[in-house]
Amino acid sequence: MSEIKQTITGGSIADDVSGRYISRDHHPEQGTLLGFWLYLMSDCLIFASLFATYAVQGRSYAGGPTGAELFELPLIALNTTFLLVSSLTFGFAMIAAQAKNLGKARLWLVVTGILGLAFLCVELYEFHHLIHIGAGPQRSGFLTAFFALVGTHGLHVTFGIIWLVTLFFQLGKHGLTPENMRRLSCLSLFWHFLDLIWIFVFTFVYLMGVLP
Amino acid sequence: MSDHHHDHDAHGHDVHVTHYSTKDYLTGFVLAAILTIIPFWLVMGNVLAPETTRYVILGFAAVQLIVQMVYFLHLSSKSEGGWNMMALLLTVVILVIVMSGSIWVMHHMNENMMPGMGPNSTHTMT
Repeated sequence: MSEIKQTITGGSIADDVSGRYISRDHHPEQGTLLGFWLYLMSDCLIFASLFATYAVQGRSYAGGPTGAELFELPLIALNTTFLLVSSLTFGFAMIAAQAKNLGKARLWLVVTGILGLAFLCVELYEFHHLIHIGAGPQRSGFLTAFFALVGTHGLHVTFGIIWLVTLFFQLGKHGLTPENMRRLSCLSLFWHFLDLIWIFVFTFVYLMGVLP
Repeated sequence: MSDHHHDHDAHGHDVHVTHYSTKDYLTGFVLAAILTIIPFWLVMGNVLAPETTRYVILGFAAVQLIVQMVYFLHLSSKSEGGWNMMALLLTVVILVIVMSGSIWVMHHMNENMMPGMGPNSTHTMT
């Protein structure tokens, strides 16, 4: 770094160059988070197309059951609670990690993981129930779009939990190293992102599906 | 120049630029909880007319989206030198095109179908 400092003699152009050089230099650490954010944005587009499909197909019942007949809102409210609270507990894990409190961070990760699993269990129960009563994805355009959208979200939660368990053990082995902190930040973005998508799932699919 | 240099060194040691605070998370959580409970109450309690409810709950979802982005994702126009926000804005533009375009095109296609051919044929017939 000192070499570069010496070569720059001042003046606006040199300052500009140095600024660019330095910002590029400290990018690697930031790069991962920005790159991960870009991944999340592209994931957003996947969900956008699935939401668009649901918007088009959501009322094509083909003489089959409607959303008002199928959806059990108390169950969805429970699921929403699980996911929202898990967002908060992940936040506590991040705060603990930043305070270099490894034990507390891992404890909050466990709580988050359990809430995620609870969410997944309720969702799987719902899917199982729907398929059991003959309202599977092949029943109507509405149910195809429903299973594709909610199923994709559920799949994201599943992978989030796998990632969370992996990170739990990595934290146990290596502690709060800069690498693990970076991974934790990425997972934090991912986990909160899942909750963001869920806001629109419960509003657009469940609540609006129940409305006449 | 030396300021820049100093800044860079500080970043090199400290990985985290964003500082998470319990207050932020709790504020976000309470707001999100309120913004979730109200739509559920509106729909489950049949408080408003269905048509009004539809727009009101979409509004609540949009507000909650912003609340969670600010308090949970710590998004601001400054994060990652503004690139997070730029990427988000581009995504929103594409999202709006995809959503409104699909709904608009398919709605008109259904409208122009001959009676009995559209997916909502029972609705158009009666």
